[in-house]
Amino acid sequence: MVASTEDHGAPIGRRVVLGMLGLGAAGVVGGAPLVRAVGNFLRPLTANDPTGLSDLLPGAGAFRLYTVTSGFPIAPPAYRLVVDGLVDRPLSLSLADLEAMAPVHLVKPFQCVTGWRVPGVHWTGVALGHLLDLAGVAKAGRALRFESFDGVYTESLTLAQARRPDVVVAYRMLGAPLTREHGGPVRLYVAPMYGYKSIKWLQRISVVDRVEPGYWEHYGYAVDAWVGRSNGRSDPPIG
Amino acid sequence: MTAVPAGVPAEAHGPARLARFDRVERLAHWLTALAFLVLVVTGAMLYVPALAAAVGRRALVERAHVDTGLALPLPLVVSLLGSWGRGLRADLRRLNRWSQLDRLWLGRVARGQRPRGLAAGKFNAGQKLNTAFTGGVMVVMLMTGAVMRWSYFWPLSWRTGATFVHDAVALAFTAVALGHVAMALSHPGALRSMFTGEVSRQWAERHAPLWLEEADGASRADGAGFR
Repeated sequence: MVASTEDHGAPIGRRVVLGMLGLGAAGVVGGAPLVRAVGNFLRPLTANDPTGLSDLLPGAGAFRLYTVTSGFPIAPPAYRLVVDGLVDRPLSLSLADLEAMAPVHLVKPFQCVTGWRVPGVHWTGVALGHLLDLAGVAKAGRALRFESFDGVYTESLTLAQARRPDVVVAYRMLGAPLTREHGGPVRLYVAPMYGYKSIKWLQRISVVDRVEPGYWEHYGYAVDAWVGRSNGRSDPPIG
Repeated sequence: MTAVPAGVPAEAHGPARLARFDRVERLAHWLTALAFLVLVVTGAMLYVPALAAAVGRRALVERAHVDTGLALPLPLVVSLLGSWGRGLRADLRRLNRWSQLDRLWLGRVARGQRPRGLAAGKFNAGQKLNTAFTGGVMVVMLMTGAVMRWSYFWPLSWRTGATFVHDAVALAFTAVALGHVAMALSHPGALRSMFTGEVSRQWAERHAPLWLEEADGASRADGAGFR
């Protein structure tokens, strides 16, 4: 081994690595306010970008498509939404049945517990409270259990939460019929709560006598998932 | 440097070809490159909505991404560990240290000027910066990836930051890696050395003159192989 003329000089390489490690760690710990600041900074850009490419920047406020199974499930050909459990009149509704009911239109953000937030999403659906009225909740009913036809995902709400006017069984989103990737043909949209409450590929709503924590809630997520007031986060609430 | 009389073949004052990368270094480079390629492709399938929708099978893609990420540092680490890693360790020492000339070189290139007259050693400042950045990327991506994958070990809010840092660094890395590939394609001598391990004397005169000087000095001194 010959002594190299390059063994001298400042160890800049090591400093670059350690500096990146430090910045990365700071970004992890202080991430939420940073993500919000970047989102606000990018908004004028993404709002005026017809290509939509700027949506791909981190923090720009676009949807991420999450599933807990191996893909995006396909609705059964004779899709029905079932409302059952502690009800007087169980319902079995086709998409056309839902579309024939009085629609609710909402324009509200979608906030994910992982940090991304999509502002001003158009939603169309049926008020969940309206479906409960149609089915007639029995005296013992206290909460709802939601099931996805992906075969795995479940969610929950109390009856009081379910009857809020900003909780809808949605069949249109972003100005078009709900796509398969976004949970079509029918999903829940719980405006004031983190996105994991807005179960995709909704198939069954059962009235039950107590709250049964849903899929992510078994992994430590809050059952009462109010935006900005749960999960150790401080996002602006969605009222 | 001694003057070389015109018309004398290169062999007369030193070897025509110089060993630049040994087998272990080349293997580590290409295995790391392959892992990075898989990570960028699977990462895009998880990140870009249109791609995610077209590919589907998210659990499988996620598994491939995470496993490849965990395997990413292995070629480097294994190469560094034993006696077989002597060449790699020596090159990393060179890549770590920046001379005054390196700083001037980088400053001039950053201003869009040619670094004429600023002689580089075995590696120029751009190559040193690329190596350090890529090393930093590996550390940061492993750290933020671990926070995302095993999020229940950490405060939930950390995952927001980890996701953001992971995404931002992935974009920056992809840009730098494309630049790295472009530089390799426009410098065939350098690219070939990552396959054959050798560069020509002319290449070294042009791109790594201080290293060539060092090599000639070493082969004069002991006649042995030089790295």
